Amino acid sequence: MMPLFDFPGGIHPPENKAQSSATPIRQAPLPPQLHVALRQSMGNAARPCVAIGDRVAKGQLIASADGRLSAAVHAPTSGVVSAIAPQPFAHPSGLPELAITLDSDGEERWIERQPLHDWQQRSGAKIRDFLAQMGIVGLGGAVFPSHLKLGLKLGVSPLETLVINGAECEPYISCDDRLMRERADAICDGIAVTRHALQARQVLIGIEDNKPQAIAAMQAAAAAHGFGVVAVPTKYPSGGAKQLIRILTGKAIPHGVRATEHGVQCFNVATVYAIGRAVLHGEPLISRIVTLTGAVEAAANVEALIGTPLDQLLALVRPHRDSHEVVMGGPLMGFTLPDLAAGLTKAGNCLLVKSPALFPPRPPAQACIRCGDCASACPVSLQPMDLFWFAKAKNFDKAQQWQLFDCIECGACSYVCPSQIPLVDYYRFAKSEIWAAERDKNAANLARQRHEFRQFRLQRDKAEKAQRLADKAAQAAARQAASHSAAANVAPASDPKQAAIAAAMARAAAQREAAPLPEQHSSGLNDAKQAAIAAAMARAAARKAAADEAKAASGQPPAPPPSSSGLDDAKQAAIAAAMARAAARKAAADQARANQQPDP
Amino acid sequence: MTAIHSTHIAKPATVSTVMLKVLAALLPGIALSVYCHGVGVLLQLLLASLTALAAEAAMLRLRGVAVLPALKDLSAIVTAWLLALSLPPLGGWWMIVVATLFAIIVAKQLYGGLGNNPFNPAMAGFALMVVSFPAQMAQWGSPQLPLDAAAQWQWIFLHTLPAGSVPDAISSATPLDVLKTGLRQGQALAGLLPQSSAQGLIALGWLAGGLWLWQQKLIPWQTPLAMLAGLLALALPLWLWQPAQYASPLLHLLQGGTLLAAAFIVTDPVSGASTPRGRLIFGFGVGLLTYVIRVFGNFPDGIAFAVLLMNMTVPLLDQYTRPAVFGHRKGRS
Repeated sequence: MMPLFDFPGGIHPPENKAQSSATPIRQAPLPPQLHVALRQSMGNAARPCVAIGDRVAKGQLIASADGRLSAAVHAPTSGVVSAIAPQPFAHPSGLPELAITLDSDGEERWIERQPLHDWQQRSGAKIRDFLAQMGIVGLGGAVFPSHLKLGLKLGVSPLETLVINGAECEPYISCDDRLMRERADAICDGIAVTRHALQARQVLIGIEDNKPQAIAAMQAAAAAHGFGVVAVPTKYPSGGAKQLIRILTGKAIPHGVRATEHGVQCFNVATVYAIGRAVLHGEPLISRIVTLTGAVEAAANVEALIGTPLDQLLALVRPHRDSHEVVMGGPLMGFTLPDLAAGLTKAGNCLLVKSPALFPPRPPAQACIRCGDCASACPVSLQPMDLFWFAKAKNFDKAQQWQLFDCIECGACSYVCPSQIPLVDYYRFAKSEIWAAERDKNAANLARQRHEFRQFRLQRDKAEKAQRLADKAAQAAARQAASHSAAANVAPASDPKQAAIAAAMARAAAQREAAPLPEQHSSGLNDAKQAAIAAAMARAAARKAAADEAKAASGQPPAPPPSSSGLDDAKQAAIAAAMARAAARKAAADQARANQQPDP
Repeated sequence: MTAIHSTHIAKPATVSTVMLKVLAALLPGIALSVYCHGVGVLLQLLLASLTALAAEAAMLRLRGVAVLPALKDLSAIVTAWLLALSLPPLGGWWMIVVATLFAIIVAKQLYGGLGNNPFNPAMAGFALMVVSFPAQMAQWGSPQLPLDAAAQWQWIFLHTLPAGSVPDAISSATPLDVLKTGLRQGQALAGLLPQSSAQGLIALGWLAGGLWLWQQKLIPWQTPLAMLAGLLALALPLWLWQPAQYASPLLHLLQGGTLLAAAFIVTDPVSGASTPRGRLIFGFGVGLLTYVIRVFGNFPDGIAFAVLLMNMTVPLLDQYTRPAVFGHRKGRS
């Protein structure tokens, strides 16, 4: 028996898992219409690559990933794309999201599936790219694209430990429990692929000890592979990735640090199952197991297609008549669904039906008496009562000093609070206020940069105008001088003068051409065009110097050295370049002057 | 509209149940106190409770806060009971009324009510009385010469005694007071030790209540143990050094409400430190200061002042004793 570690705090709420964990996973019936949201991961929504009216096969790519954190989306069944429009979306904001509406044809006709049969010969990078195409994301709730977790700078060394998260610590939820009981072999196949991709030295599968059947099934399946199955004490939130890593490896990984930096990576059991289905069977992520529980007649786990309307899923378990709202996720971290017409997303691990009888409304909040129960329950050793105080007073600097952003929003503090204060809501509020302030600050910075550039542009235009005038004056003076000399001395002297004038004009033209047009900047100036601005300023300075020289050429006293002319902290290189250009120009002017000198 | 996020389940605890359990934990001590000092104790409790409720209600109304929900949290009753058990059981009715009014109105409600008071309200009320009425505060009834119930009520309300009563029945000094005065007058320590075991008996009542609260996870172990350790840290070496001059650690533990304070007063969460290390420092400081004020100061007992002084350090303690956040090293902020 390997030694286990503990994480601070934690709570033991009533488990309420038996309602849904008793019966095998059922297949949800094929819905006539699916709303497949394009936002199926952290990051950007996927970009649709089908058009309305297109006939698609089951598993066909219908929207491709847009950026690193985005995930590809596939047709959950065969049918016809009937709409690409905003639809209700499973998110606390209640804001609609773009979704592809698919009218199923009932045939469940697959595309040609292309498994990665030779995965054992493939590199981690190849498997990673394959999983990215398959739209695999973390199914534990965070929906972080899985391929990103496979590829992070593993050049340093092979991974020490691959942790597989079967803790499933939140009350009511039992989808991972059932999956482990029924499909342990398939999970282990997925783990084998993941382990190969990561070159992990050992695999530890952590399962809370309230799931003895799942532990037994996994032990039986894992034995052949040499994976360790570890029963961990039941304590919420042991299923948090960093909490489970702590329990199994003793490593405490702080906020903002990747587990891989400590030689550990963690995947949920449902995610490795999906990885296995993708690599070994060529099936993209188009379905998942959902726990349907709470105030319902027959709680169950069903395997449902992504995009299945949630109300149709709920109808399968017959919600109680007094049920009044539905939570997606568990009772501690889940959120109330604003609209049940939304389609199932890859994040939807549980639909928890609430009724006043089963979930009595929270009594009104009382004053915080600083009892410290929240601090004792906090799994990351924060001081929640202080954070509450700071959030309430909008003292966000202090909240950040008290490491607000280490909060994993597990809800343990809210659960134990005798004053019934919804603490996590305060932390979410504080976090979003800080993010908003950050955005405002960035916007203000951008506005300031734009303003500064405009000021600079106006000044530069003025300088350019002055230069043009000076050039004209120089030409006029030269012409005058030429006509004078022509009057005095007819033919021979005119040639060098003409040459000097032509040279000056050519120089001026060349400079104008070389000068960048202001539009080039004003449109594309976003955050850090400082370098471009600096370069332009240096060029303007050089031009000013040239103008001075032109003045000098037209008989005025020589200008001071050009270096000091109005650039503040422009790059040294730019200055050097400008000085070199100015020096060259000065030499040319000197030559012109020398040409002129003998005449008068 | 209901909060869309939020946790959907919660422990069925409320502040009222917490306070109710604190009151219940006081009952063994109260019973022993009545046994030793008579029913005057109950009268003090009643007077304090009524005054506290009236003062709290009036202040809540003035502050524009819903009166009933706040009254129902029972925190005012806890303050009232702690005061009533700290003041002389046979003190005049006005004493407990004044002390309670000050505790509730000034020390608690003027700072913003429950959860916002920097000082322990009961100890603030006690300190006011001991500074303003030192003579009356030193008059404890003698457990050896009990007055009957009627005489106690007559004394508390009318300040008169039935014919034939012994004045000592109402005006004995507390054992700690006797000890300090006697030692200053050069008397031998042995002759000054308390003749009755009443205080010790009552102290066991507080101990029982405190242990139950700890078992119920309503008070931490750090503060009470640290307070007792702080007290013993001075009492033990001084007693070993000069047993004829310094009273035994046991006397300091059992006399003067030490255990009442350890179980019920330093454990007040609102005005105390909230981190584990902060609680240790807070409790230890109260213990040390209590001994210093008791033995070297001018007041018969020092708990109230010790608590109030340590209350002032709480914001600092809480700031600098925060535990290291998961995965971070200590000392990072």
